[in-house]
Amino acid sequence: MRIFDFFRSPRAKSSPAAQAKERLQIVMAHERVGRCGPDFLPVLQQELLAVIAKYVDLDTNRVEVKLDRGTECSTLEVNVELPTPPRSDSLATTTLTLESAASQA
Amino acid sequence: MAKIIVMTSGKGGVGKTTSAAAFATGFALRGHKTVVIDFDIGLRNLDLIMGCERRVVFDFVNVINNEAKLHQALIKDKRVDGLSVLPASQTRDKDALTKDGVEKVLDELRRDFDFIVCDSPAGIERGALLALYFADEAIIVTNPEVSSVRDSDRILGMLGARSRRAEQNLEPVRENLLLTRYDPARVAKGDMLTVDDVLEILAIPLLGVVPESQAVLRASNIGMPVILDSKSNAGMAYADAVARFLGEQVEYRFMQPERRGFMDRLFGRTA
Ligand SMILES: Nc1ncnc2c1ncn2[C@@H]1O[C@H](COP(=O)(O)OP(=O)(O)OP(=O)(O)O)[C@@H](O)[C@H]1O
Ligand SMILES: [Mg+2]
Repeated sequence: MRIFDFFRSPRAKSSPAAQAKERLQIVMAHERVGRCGPDFLPVLQQELLAVIAKYVDLDTNRVEVKLDRGTECSTLEVNVELPTPPRSDSLATTTLTLESAASQA
Repeated sequence: MAKIIVMTSGKGGVGKTTSAAAFATGFALRGHKTVVIDFDIGLRNLDLIMGCERRVVFDFVNVINNEAKLHQALIKDKRVDGLSVLPASQTRDKDALTKDGVEKVLDELRRDFDFIVCDSPAGIERGALLALYFADEAIIVTNPEVSSVRDSDRILGMLGARSRRAEQNLEPVRENLLLTRYDPARVAKGDMLTVDDVLEILAIPLLGVVPESQAVLRASNIGMPVILDSKSNAGMAYADAVARFLGEQVEYRFMQPERRGFMDRLFGRTA
């Protein structure tokens, strides 16, 4: 068999085809899990914001949600800009970052 | 004033998504703020071609249904400034798009972008009709092949009758032909329709001719719009077409069979 391996051109890990395979495996693993359940992200966002809004004044335009899907785990990053209380004279804002690793099934 | 451009074809698999990604990137490279929208609900693919598939959180349908803000659903391109992607939903079907919903999103995008590129799904049903409805300009993506040319003609009919501009008796949607997967060697042999054949049949202005090129597959594998492969024939042909769209005079290239060197012929290499 070795001799065939010799003739089969070795595919570098970084070749376009290898990259294509890896990208597909990651994105499709997530899609297959998600296929049965409802789209949970919008609901997750609403509930998360509802909880935060209980404690602070919140401008929903100042909320940023980022996702990075990976092979081992994905990172969901929610950036909420919290206005500084009015008593302070500075206009600085605080950014709260919740980072959670949603491990993939 | 923002311009809405639809990338459409009727026939499937002719290169709409490849072209939408290339044009949107080309506009942004030239300093125009651009967003490219995937209208192919349920069969999202633009994210893969743009290389942002891992970063999709919310989509077009979430925004229409008020489940997310538009700015949350837009994905900023990491390579090119002023370029954003609005991905399609992968879990819903085409009925999730409504004319009012699409209009609301486009109106909001108009405020922030110079160009809004709509990547149409194949066919002449709801998704495709909504993708072209609000267009100011249409780029008809056609392959030099009988069924593609006929389907392009059908889509031209739709633009003339079922677009907003047609319905409201406004100035008609401007039509541009983008001939893709053109193989000059096969044209020379008489196996493939020529540019002139297609132009004669469809009778709309030519925007560009993109040759059949291995660079397209390579670019899609790594999630990079092919126009960024500026050394490839296809990348250069798209850059030329973008320049023409913006009003520049650019000579046509890649329409003659390539002269292949001795070594290339010996090893059967192609462009
Ligand atoms: N100039 C080209 N040279 C070689 N291959 C090409 C070229 N343009 C497109 N392709 C290939 O054709 C196939 C279809 O391209 P693409 O997905 O862009 O078409 P589409 O019109 O968006 O399809 P659909 O109707 O399914 O949305 C892809 O495999 C793509 O790599
Ligand atoms: Mg497509």
